[in-house]
Amino acid sequence: MTVQNPLIDYHAIAPEMVMAGAIFVVLTADLFLPRERKWVAMPLAFLGALGALVATLTLAGEERATFGGSYVVDGFAVLFKVFFTVAAMVVLAISFRYVREGRFYQGEYYFLILCSFLGMLTIVSSRDLLMLFISLELVSAPGFLLAGFRKGDPRSNEAAIKFFLIGVLSSAVMLYGMSLVYGVTGSLRLEEIAARLPEAGESNVVLAAVLFVVAGFAFKVSSFPFQFWAPDTYEGSPVPVAAYLSVASKAAGFAGLLQLMFVAFLPVAEFWAPIFGVLALFTMTLGNLVALQQRQVVRLLAYSSIAQAGYMLVPFALAGFSPEVDRAALSAAVLYLLIYGVMNLGAFAVVVAVAREAPGVLVADFAGLAQRAPALAVSLAAFLLSLAGIPPLAGFWAKFFIFTAAIDRGGLGPWLAAALVVNSVISVVYYVAVIRPMFFEPAPQPVRPLRASALLTAVVVVAALTVLAVGVFPDLFADFPARATLVAGS
Amino acid sequence: MSGWEKSAVTLAVFLPAAGALAVALVPRHLDRLIRALGILSSGAALAVGVAILFGFDYGAGRELQFELNTRWIDAINARYHVGLDGISLPLFELTLLLSFLCLVYTWRFLPEPGRPKAFVALTLLLETGMAGTFVAFDLILFFIFWELVLVPMYFLIGIWGSANREYAAIKFFLYTLFGSVFMLLAFLGMFFKGPTPHTFDLLALQEFGAAGGFSRDLQMLLFAGVFLGFAIKVPMWPFHTWLPDAHTEAPTIGSVLLAGILLKMGTYGFVRIALPVLPDAARAWAPAIGVLAVIAIVYAALACLAQRDLKRLIAFSSVGHMGFVMLGIATLSDIGINAAIFGMVAHGIITGMLFFEVGSIYDRYHTRMIADIGGGMLQKIPWLAGLFAYTAIASLGLPGLAGFWGEVMALLSAYNPSGAVSEWTTLFRTLMVFGGIGTILTAGYFLWMLQRVNLGTVPDRWRDVPIPDVTRVELVAWAPLLVGILLLGVFPRAVLGVTNEAVEALVRVFGG
Repeated sequence: MTVQNPLIDYHAIAPEMVMAGAIFVVLTADLFLPRERKWVAMPLAFLGALGALVATLTLAGEERATFGGSYVVDGFAVLFKVFFTVAAMVVLAISFRYVREGRFYQGEYYFLILCSFLGMLTIVSSRDLLMLFISLELVSAPGFLLAGFRKGDPRSNEAAIKFFLIGVLSSAVMLYGMSLVYGVTGSLRLEEIAARLPEAGESNVVLAAVLFVVAGFAFKVSSFPFQFWAPDTYEGSPVPVAAYLSVASKAAGFAGLLQLMFVAFLPVAEFWAPIFGVLALFTMTLGNLVALQQRQVVRLLAYSSIAQAGYMLVPFALAGFSPEVDRAALSAAVLYLLIYGVMNLGAFAVVVAVAREAPGVLVADFAGLAQRAPALAVSLAAFLLSLAGIPPLAGFWAKFFIFTAAIDRGGLGPWLAAALVVNSVISVVYYVAVIRPMFFEPAPQPVRPLRASALLTAVVVVAALTVLAVGVFPDLFADFPARATLVAGS
Repeated sequence: MSGWEKSAVTLAVFLPAAGALAVALVPRHLDRLIRALGILSSGAALAVGVAILFGFDYGAGRELQFELNTRWIDAINARYHVGLDGISLPLFELTLLLSFLCLVYTWRFLPEPGRPKAFVALTLLLETGMAGTFVAFDLILFFIFWELVLVPMYFLIGIWGSANREYAAIKFFLYTLFGSVFMLLAFLGMFFKGPTPHTFDLLALQEFGAAGGFSRDLQMLLFAGVFLGFAIKVPMWPFHTWLPDAHTEAPTIGSVLLAGILLKMGTYGFVRIALPVLPDAARAWAPAIGVLAVIAIVYAALACLAQRDLKRLIAFSSVGHMGFVMLGIATLSDIGINAAIFGMVAHGIITGMLFFEVGSIYDRYHTRMIADIGGGMLQKIPWLAGLFAYTAIASLGLPGLAGFWGEVMALLSAYNPSGAVSEWTTLFRTLMVFGGIGTILTAGYFLWMLQRVNLGTVPDRWRDVPIPDVTRVELVAWAPLLVGILLLGVFPRAVLGVTNEAVEALVRVFGG
């Protein structure tokens, strides 16, 4: 292919450049800011994310490729870049007071957050294995540091070290798998891999290569059997970091996985799709059953996010049947990620507000929240019911579209759909277990209103309204994934 | 079609939701304003409902009137399709009326722990869900309205209920949710195996189903799915166990709306969706449904005889009355289904009224135990006791009052079920006999209940306690129901005249 690309298409990488610029500004500014003004790093970082969002929006509807086709801007990439830049702003907003009052190194904190989000921006444009790997490491490495940011707390240290060791191990496994893929196909480019894989046939090497790569990603998205780091890490991390890990970092993993599976490995889908079926089944069931036992809200949300990952793995199990089903499955997965991001970030935002007064964030600490902060309580109830998939909230449609794709697929599909349904009903029990004390139990006397910052309250209310609006008019979101076609580069 | 005809139904459905939003924005200390807003918005919805009554063409009950069919979710071709025909109109109006009366009642009565803002907003939201269910002609829309009811009712029971409320609330929630997901699965089955292009439109699916579009095996499977969803909601024996708990623990308003309307959503689902879309399966399932229905009648009557809690007794009696409704539906005949719809409306009015009265009795005696009340209500509070007796007698099916027609027509239809199930005629006639025994038992437990609470002398513990009789707010909230009980009793055509056309059109698919 001899497409006359300029050596580097600067417009295509504008969002990343803005983000990178913001990273340098934040880090440099932190050097010169006096101690009591260190918080200024947050507005700077926020502006950087906003700038990246604007830069992304200028790319909407375009299809560009640069770096010899290994870096692509298409509907899929733009959609996710919008998602990640908005998520970055949300994470920054809910971190602000937490980090400022918690005596953290503020400049470094925002610097690391932005670095990780830069990785997310690049991962969705990466169309070769090397770019994918580097981006994924860029996402994860700041995460290791962020998880350990509450330095005084041994649990935070444990969180970081667990996250780090397992993360490195899985990276190594993934890299080995990628090297095998290269060995078999002689290419790192996703669409070339797709073209050459069928020739290689179902040799054991191909199977091993795919398995290794999948295992690496399974860690990132906290899928069974690589899920056990998640609850400990989330619990030990600062709460906003847990929010970021459970939404942004997980979504990045899924975005990478989607590109890999639905572009590069699609020709051998009949081999790996059933594996995903099993992974999905175990992940959702295990996440839900263990979540039932939890009394600490961050841990509960951690297991809930494992269960949610299980639902999101279902579309992968449907791949390779027919182009229509592939498209439906891909759209369903993307839609789920978008909606999951909104509701989970919203839920964590409320937890951040509660954690300020009750750092342990036990379920019991939510007693009477409806009296102390009605807006936050109602919003949290909406997020949790949405996570459970109760209509008319956004989460219902997220499940619904996976559901329809699964039924349409036939074969294994309806069984997975049934498993998804049964699991959703189970999940209601523990989501309601958090809602119950908020509304049914009196607040501890004397009743004091819970003072959340205006910024955080605004984020929560906007997220809740989004969850409701999408619930009533799913076309608000359901339209996006249809445009998120994956272009393999040119 | 004029703009009014297109928007009337939507207006009536969403006015309460708009009211809920308005209530949510009012500061919580403006108690009176909040309750007034509740009455106002549900009253406005009722006014629209009354206007619809005048605009409805009763000669064309089989036609969908006040129809609006517009795009909603393009991705799955689900449309916002609402309208009214002879079957949905009575239930729709019942919903608007009962909800309004409940909010009037709330003007004066609000159970512990108060919090009128949340209470009124949730009740209004509930009204939107209930009313929407009866007008939706798109399966996804139907499902959304159906599920919209869950969360407000969960909170109504869980916050304002009596001692065991939290258990009852979550049981209600999980039970119904469990049933409805299978219903959704069946809806998706209809979508993918139905006409091309795939559609959730109920009219299109009915046409497709009547023409034998779904294979018999598939129908059996799909029917099993919708059956679980509807049967739990009705509730049919043996899926009824959530009901006594939920009804007993719920606050008065919650019980009234649960018994008055929520249960009808299940039976309505059978008539509206299960029967016309899956006629072959309905034919095959009919005997089983009939048997379950009669078991429910007899079982509920026996259970009622054993109850010591007044409210729990009324709750169990609902299981029995819904049994008569299901028996009527199971016969697949026009008389049976007419009886079913009449029975739904009558039960909604009567049992709604009974729960109001039990609530008021509890309000005065602070107990619901029959033994603790100990009799003598007719002496102590003659008006309330008299009304209670009147309603209870209506509920046991005395001719001349509303409860009579639904039961007697259901039994009648069991004697002569539709030709579609003619090979089961003997079974249905046997069922009729057991149903008849059920009516005798029903009369028995109601009269025994009246004997224990109304008659006799006032026990010592209440003699010197001042107990007020019926208050003005109660009278206002109840008057329409009390009149309705008599009116439907002497003039059943008020409902049957509306439903008959639509029902005849419906049973044509069963050849009768």
